[in-house]
Amino acid sequence: MTQLQERPLAIALDARLDAAGRAWLAAARYEVTNDEDAIARIFPAVGRHVGRGPLDATADRADVHAWTLDDAARTLLLVALGDGAAKELPLLYRHGDGAERRGVLRALAYLTLDDAVGVPLVEDALRTNDVRIVAAAMGPYAIEKLDDAAIEQAVLKCVFVGVPLDAIEGLPERVTPELSAMLARFVHERVAAGRTVPADVWPVIDRHPPTTELAEIEAELDQPVTERRLAAQAALSARAANQG
Amino acid sequence: MRIFDPHIHMTSRTTDDYEAMAAAGIELIVEPAFWLGQPRTNIGSFIDYFDGLIGWERFRAEQFGVSHHCTMGLNPKEANDEALAREVLALLPRYLAKDRVVAIGEIGFDSMTRAEEYAFQAQMELAVEHDLPALVHTPHRDKAYGTQRSIEIALASGISPDRVIIDHNNELTFQYVRDAGCWAGFTIYPETKMDEHRLVRIVAEHGMEKTIVNSAADWGRSDPLKVPRTVQALREADFSDADISTLVWDNPVAFFSQSGRLELTDEHGPADPSATFAGNSVLRGAREEG
Repeated sequence: MTQLQERPLAIALDARLDAAGRAWLAAARYEVTNDEDAIARIFPAVGRHVGRGPLDATADRADVHAWTLDDAARTLLLVALGDGAAKELPLLYRHGDGAERRGVLRALAYLTLDDAVGVPLVEDALRTNDVRIVAAAMGPYAIEKLDDAAIEQAVLKCVFVGVPLDAIEGLPERVTPELSAMLARFVHERVAAGRTVPADVWPVIDRHPPTTELAEIEAELDQPVTERRLAAQAALSARAANQG
Repeated sequence: MRIFDPHIHMTSRTTDDYEAMAAAGIELIVEPAFWLGQPRTNIGSFIDYFDGLIGWERFRAEQFGVSHHCTMGLNPKEANDEALAREVLALLPRYLAKDRVVAIGEIGFDSMTRAEEYAFQAQMELAVEHDLPALVHTPHRDKAYGTQRSIEIALASGISPDRVIIDHNNELTFQYVRDAGCWAGFTIYPETKMDEHRLVRIVAEHGMEKTIVNSAADWGRSDPLKVPRTVQALREADFSDADISTLVWDNPVAFFSQSGRLELTDEHGPADPSATFAGNSVLRGAREEG
């Protein structure tokens, strides 16, 4: 695993905390370093002490990919746990509320972990339909660790629940011809139902343009049913905009 | 009028109830951990239940604009399965640390057994240790004695009486609670514990100091709109809106704020009706999904 370094995260968080939040976090990091068991009590309390707003003050609060203050603080606490993280991580996730689970998932890329510990947590998160948890699961750890079939299912899951694809770092390099074809079939299904298609599927589809599926979508332009024709026009003009 | 139902078991209720509650003005609720109508037989059932109280149920409430909080605890009935009770007591600290857990509860007595007393005392110690208020259920049978004994055990932990609610009072028990300096809860039920007209008589005579009203609606015959119906009964009895508001908003807010975990302003933004939780959408059919 290309392990990420926590220092930039610590600097960004420090700049956003007030004196009380900074003091609490310093004490909490010290405490978990010296007493692994303290994490069970400290981890759920993070949001109450450092806040729950966006880490990047300019971020859109509705952006499910944007890190929050408590996400960053939880990552720093798990890094501080050191070797203890492997034992505590599954418990913190198992007993965690939504914010705690998100914190565990965000931290994965910053920890030294066996795949047997980290990957099952990502797999569980991708079975949920909570957009915040799915987005947190689709970080650099999942992009590196999941096999092709799992990445394909995860990307489809994102499209279905509304997690934007364009902000998932490293995704373009993981797109297989099968994933391009799967998403094109998804577009065809939506167009045939006269429904809209998110524009960010097109870079994934056009990574390996699937001839048969694209021809089927284009054939919808000649459909006698108006809704289907219009949906095909909208989808294909989004594709053209993406290519332009 | 803003309404807070500080004791309601929403896990047992439907989305129709949430809709009706929101329409009646209920914007804040506390769901105490309780039993399920039949005993659980293993620790995993408690874990899943506690996870539900901080997860799925909180999410479900949000979809209707209702702010959900809970209390965590081992209820008196299940305290009698002593081996399982020990496991639950060991599990509780993890959940007492969670956001929006505003008290330990429901704890207390059902049949006044030694096992119940042990779990009650142990959980009062946890309340003190975790700096949380306590929500104490009082027994249906031999209620006056049970209430007095509950007050005694709760206060023996050293907790301040201000941080204890003794719940499910009637005309005969609430004076013990007042005299001890604890908060008195009144549960308004369709027939049994207390009804809204009896409650009106009690507060007309004795005032509203440290008094709280709840529906305790659950899987049994109960009514999740009993707090709004009490508001109506108080209006009919010519109580002012300010007085009514003291009873159904200010008082429970003051009590549970002592936990430091009551989230009054909506920090999470407005409810997102298109959201789903762990594979489930509450508002079926309203979502944009393939």
